Amino acid sequence: MSVPEPSETPVSLTTPLSDEDVLALRAGQPVLITGAVYTARDAAHQRMFEALGRGEELPFDVRGEVIYYVGPTPTPPGHVIGAAGPTSAGRMDRYTPPLLKRGMKGMIGKGPRSEEVREALKRHKAVYFGGLGGAGALLARQITAVEMIAYEDLGTEAIRRLEVEQFPAVVINDCHGGDAYAEARARWQRV
Amino acid sequence: MKEVSAAEITAKVAELCIRACTVLPPDVVAAMESARDLEESALGREVLSRLLENARLAADESIPMCQDTGLAVVFVEMGEDVRVNDGHLRDAIAEGVREGYERGYLRKSVVHSPLNRCNTGDNTPPVICTEIVPGETLKITVAAKGAGSENMSRLKMMAPADGEAAVKQFVRETVERAGASACPPVVVGVGLGGSFEQCALIAKKALLRPLHDSGPHPEAAKLEAELLDAINSTGIGPMGVGGRITALAVKVETAPCHIASMPVAVNLQCHAARHAEHTWE
Ligand code: SF4
Repeated sequence: MSVPEPSETPVSLTTPLSDEDVLALRAGQPVLITGAVYTARDAAHQRMFEALGRGEELPFDVRGEVIYYVGPTPTPPGHVIGAAGPTSAGRMDRYTPPLLKRGMKGMIGKGPRSEEVREALKRHKAVYFGGLGGAGALLARQITAVEMIAYEDLGTEAIRRLEVEQFPAVVINDCHGGDAYAEARARWQRV
Repeated sequence: MKEVSAAEITAKVAELCIRACTVLPPDVVAAMESARDLEESALGREVLSRLLENARLAADESIPMCQDTGLAVVFVEMGEDVRVNDGHLRDAIAEGVREGYERGYLRKSVVHSPLNRCNTGDNTPPVICTEIVPGETLKITVAAKGAGSENMSRLKMMAPADGEAAVKQFVRETVERAGASACPPVVVGVGLGGSFEQCALIAKKALLRPLHDSGPHPEAAKLEAELLDAINSTGIGPMGVGGRITALAVKVETAPCHIASMPVAVNLQCHAARHAEHTWE
């Protein structure tokens, strides 16, 4: 199947994502994401993982949804949310395949994913986006609403639904086996 | 004898925590600007421009530049002729961290125990490194150390026979393994020599040096230049999207060591190289 080459002009995406949306994405492609995304990081993933182990439902239906690995700072007065940039995705690797199996379509984080996750992305047609690590102040501006969904006691690590508008990211791992980090290095390294 | 009150230390530490997390030091901003001008990859330049915009926005609005406002690592240089009144130095610093993280809307990212993972709720305790120095000055530096880059740091007890080539290989590999997880462009603190713990400490202290200076002696300066070149040849680039600028600077600190040892520590620092200091003179 032919996949278009990534262009430098960002592609707009609206969540939830369909198989079709995902199939059209290619590693290295900048995107602007609009719609709902769900926050979850280490502790929330562990709880979801344990819930699945007990045969319970997840706190939200992950089908088509995008999880954003982020633990925001407390919201200052007059703001929608505090600083909210991506955290390292690798720590969530072991919890990720079961979520992909249940239909989750995307994740936003930073840093490399495991072989298992990359394989699961191919198998379940999903995508991993890299966000702008360390740009929490700037990225908070693309978030227009926040709603608490689950695990409120986890504080910054609770699951929240964020409404994002034109949230910038880059496709790192697509569902065709493409890996933007590896491709970038192959292109730019000097030997 | 110079006297400083515990309350004064607390107030200042609180202010330093907030300043460190909201205002990127000018040498780091300057290094990021020159990185943006030198970067050949279009996507890499775009990333650097946004990171600079982020730093500006954070400083203007006094909001944290990054959501990981870190573990507070506090370096104290305390003159032998300085006395803390009405309290204890450690408590005064911890109280300052507590106040600063609360008042500055900074994230509380510390857990009681590595195994129970229960949040302490106020970002204490800080890590405090104290050094006694001659004189009447008290200098306190607060570094907000995020986990993304800290987690990718490494230490290795090498054999003297491994030599300089192995040291370089280890440093380069550490940056490669970290990739985008450490939020490049990074600053690389290298400790070479000393004992196990001293090696890690000098690597961390190296991160506090101004980014534009060069090594404390010619051997370190040469290694810094060569390592920077090697790291910027990896192609990782800003946030791993590819490019020439993977590191803004490499800082090497050395210490005498045992005839049988060659410890090497690599402490990675993300582009949000946050620290702020105050000196009582
Ligand atoms: S590595 Fe640094 S810039 Fe990146 S998320 Fe962590 S603290 Fe922020």
